[in-house]
Amino acid sequence: MLDIRLYMLQRISALIMAPLTLGHIAVMIYAIQGGLTTAEILGRTQGSVLWFSFYGTFVIAASVHAAIGLRVILSEMVTLPRFALSVFTWGSCLILLFMGARAVSAVTML
Amino acid sequence: MSSIPDMMDVSIWRGDGTFGQFESFKVPAQESQTILDVVAWVQQNQDPTLTYRYACRVGMCGSCAMMVNGVPRWTCRTHVKKVLVNNNLEVGPLRNLPVIKDLATDMDPFFDKWVAAEGVHHPTKTRDAPIEPILPTNAGRVEASSGIECINCSVCYAACDTVANNPDYLGPAALQRAWTVYNDSKDANKQAVLDAVSGVGGCHNCHSQGSCTVHCPNGLNPMNAIAGLKRVTAMSFFKNGK
Ligand code: SF4
Ligand code: SF4
Ligand code: FES
Repeated sequence: MLDIRLYMLQRISALIMAPLTLGHIAVMIYAIQGGLTTAEILGRTQGSVLWFSFYGTFVIAASVHAAIGLRVILSEMVTLPRFALSVFTWGSCLILLFMGARAVSAVTML
Repeated sequence: MSSIPDMMDVSIWRGDGTFGQFESFKVPAQESQTILDVVAWVQQNQDPTLTYRYACRVGMCGSCAMMVNGVPRWTCRTHVKKVLVNNNLEVGPLRNLPVIKDLATDMDPFFDKWVAAEGVHHPTKTRDAPIEPILPTNAGRVEASSGIECINCSVCYAACDTVANNPDYLGPAALQRAWTVYNDSKDANKQAVLDAVSGVGGCHNCHSQGSCTVHCPNGLNPMNAIAGLKRVTAMSFFKNGK
């Protein structure tokens, strides 16, 4: 149940996520090399506009991407009216956004 | 005739899509025997009420496709020797289409989707204009030529799991036709084709796993055509926002 709009949204969100994922892994590896403590990590991320935008963008892209993916899986497993499918897609997107926003705000807000 | 026993066990679907069961027949094995020969033998010698469809018997008309041991095949060009398992054959109606009776399916949904995919010619000229020569080596012509040998047999449509799961999906053959029309330099309305393949049943639902290409008896590659449509619709999306 993908039209061109959802298809492009899923592709573009994947394109956005790819470099962010690599950046995230690079930071993880860097952070554990020198044995940074949680407090030290939070000291660098809290109040940082850069990290807020980095993980904020990540969360938005991942929520859009995953919601569309789940929509495809669900639509192929059970027959649902298109409206129910849209509710499910939006619902998954909002739940993921909410959970992601909580995490991002905990790590980057003062 | 070496290794084939004299009689084969053949199960044939009897009934419609909702009610029915496989019925067993003993059919004499012969040299150079096709699945269509087996079905015809049963109808002529065992049960004249058996319903099935064929026309050309040489792989041109696309009307004889059935499920043979669970795989969609053109039965007039499928040799028994190639598909016989433990001296057994199971012949059923084509998957993903409503069954009219026994082995005959209603192919209307398949053909309706050819029209829905805008697989029709949009002329650039009138019939009085001189014929415009197109070089066979022209890139668009090469793409278009790769899909024109389709015999509309619906084997790819039966093989496609996306069709099975999404009744709106236009399916490999119709989308391949749309790709052919799109690449025809004598076609005047390419945007109509792109619009037709961009909706909820459009090319973007294809998982690119290629069952269509594996099973197409004519060796065509609908999966490749669909990938082409995805490419050009994505470009058109960036250019025109649709
Ligand atoms: S590649 Fe696409 S069209 Fe072909 S069988 Fe798979 S989903 Fe269907
Ligand atoms: S693409 Fe191949 S399998 Fe599909 S309808 Fe055409 S000839 Fe048959
Ligand atoms: S009878 Fe025409 S393709 Fe098989």
